[in-house]
Amino acid sequence: MFEIKNISYEVSGGSRKKVLDSISLKIKGGSLIVITGTNGSGKSTLAQIIMGIKRPSEGQILLDKTDITNKTITERANFGLAFSFQQPVKLKGIKVYDLISIARGELVSEKEASKYLKQVGLNPDEYLLREINDKLSGGELKRIEIASVLARDAKIMIFDEPEAGIDLWSFENLTKVFKKLKAENRTLIIISHQDRILKIADEIIVLNDGKIKSHGTPAKILPKITGGKL
Amino acid sequence: MNLSEEEKQIFCEVIADNDVSRESGAWQGEDERASPVATGASDAARETSFRLSAPKGAYNFRVNGKSVGRKSTANIDIKTKQKKSGLDIYIKPGTKNETVHIPVAISATGLKEAVYNDFYIGDNSKVTIIAGCGIYNCGDQDSVHDGIHRFYVGKNAKIKYIEKHYGFGRGGGGKILNPTTEVYLEKDSEATLELEQIKGVDSTIRKTTAELEDNAKLMVKERLFTHGRQSAESLYEINLNGKDSTADLASRSIARDLSKQTFKATIIGNNKCRGHSECDAIIMDDAAVHAIPALNAKTKDAELIHEAAIGKLASDQINKLMTLGLTKKEAESRIINGFLN
Ligand SMILES: Nc1ncnc2c1ncn2[C@@H]1O[C@H](COP(=O)(O)OP(=O)(O)OP(=O)(O)O)[C@@H](O)[C@H]1O
Ligand SMILES: [Mg+2]
Repeated sequence: MFEIKNISYEVSGGSRKKVLDSISLKIKGGSLIVITGTNGSGKSTLAQIIMGIKRPSEGQILLDKTDITNKTITERANFGLAFSFQQPVKLKGIKVYDLISIARGELVSEKEASKYLKQVGLNPDEYLLREINDKLSGGELKRIEIASVLARDAKIMIFDEPEAGIDLWSFENLTKVFKKLKAENRTLIIISHQDRILKIADEIIVLNDGKIKSHGTPAKILPKITGGKL
Repeated sequence: MNLSEEEKQIFCEVIADNDVSRESGAWQGEDERASPVATGASDAARETSFRLSAPKGAYNFRVNGKSVGRKSTANIDIKTKQKKSGLDIYIKPGTKNETVHIPVAISATGLKEAVYNDFYIGDNSKVTIIAGCGIYNCGDQDSVHDGIHRFYVGKNAKIKYIEKHYGFGRGGGGKILNPTTEVYLEKDSEATLELEQIKGVDSTIRKTTAELEDNAKLMVKERLFTHGRQSAESLYEINLNGKDSTADLASRSIARDLSKQTFKATIIGNNKCRGHSECDAIIMDDAAVHAIPALNAKTKDAELIHEAAIGKLASDQINKLMTLGLTKKEAESRIINGFLN
């Protein structure tokens, strides 16, 4: 059980702005939550606060009743949280194989590293020894980013717009991976605008202007989104 | 001739960590201590054999100003200079895939030397040259090594030059290395320079100059790491004189603590040519980095590009590695190692 209590995030750039305004959420273990909403509504900010990348101005985050609000990113990672960035990070001089090994916490066999690349539709022979630099395309970087998160084998996995820049075939495959992870009873928090992902959610949360605008099952929320009511 | 532990350590640091010497068996790991490698080589090589076997090919080991082991081969002749301290190294035309090792160790505090090594590389040859200098200074006087290397690269010849600099020892005396590298590239020739200074050198002024004739090619990969109160200056002047000559200079550096670095790259295009230089520096703590690019095109057909980026360790990179379970410190050192790779 994962609980977010009254999370606010303020920035001061000239005028003060509440990027997140008192967000509260309860996420049951093993469920698949999709957060959606317009650009700039605060989705990534919320996800980064959960992972500890940003610190909230107010509020609390509880994991199985333990307050993790002041824990570092590393501590959260060790508690079983994993995070896939919306904008994949480039790491000069670090190879895909190295990244997977870091994610696994040990030097992995080529075979094991390959497993994660295949899940995101990358041919291991071609990519394992590639450096994670700007010679890789956006879609390649994004898939490597996702592979590194899959390699964490985490209890709670957060994906910030996994569909961005990924071709249809790989995306299809990725949806299957998400279903499999859910079947393994992991908790998934996915930020997405993609119909196919919204459909497999247990619960959809719609953010607007830093607030939860609506909240419910796909059956309840999807018609409103497609009907233009959100 | 006995080599001290420190001198052995220097040779291992400066020549062992590259592919060529590993292939040639120059490096024997600690485990092999018990069974020294039998070599038929010179005294020096035998002395160092429990960590170093004699490198394949030609070599000269220099310790505290003296040559302690040398081997010439059928194609590579190493001779002592008559008027100055240093070597003349002659590589016969057409020599293929041979190596020359000329490492230098200084373990005497207060030793100051200037060494001139000239390489005459015959046409159509292809060789790897491994230099490098280490200073162990446990005293309180400065030890200084000024290494002046000149490469005359013949037509259609290719060289790879690997130079590593290294310092250690807790004495108050400075460990100072000032390398000068001059490269003269004849028509269709090629030089790749890998210059690395990542540990323990207190002060350094590196000067690298090159003159390129038609269709000659120069590639430079420089890696610098400074910490404490160290200072490093790296100055390049590359003259693209020949038609279709090309130069690509890539420098990556990290400055920590209170250290200071200056990088100055001048590329002069005197003909139809292509030149590219790139300086990528990471600043940590209270260090300072000064980058001065200069492009000097003397004809409209000279295509010259310079890129310089100086910044702190990227927080998004640190965050990414922390989400994978590394601590902040671990993440930083991982990023630094990758960057200097
Ligand atoms: N440090 C900051 N200073 C000023 N504004 C900020 C800062 N951080 C975030 N914001 C603003 O907060 C809002 C929410 O950003 P966030 O990245 O969370 O949106 P998002 O919902 O993920 O959008 P997208 O769908 O485009 O990814 C944006 O308007 C953004 O400009
Ligand atoms: Mg976002």
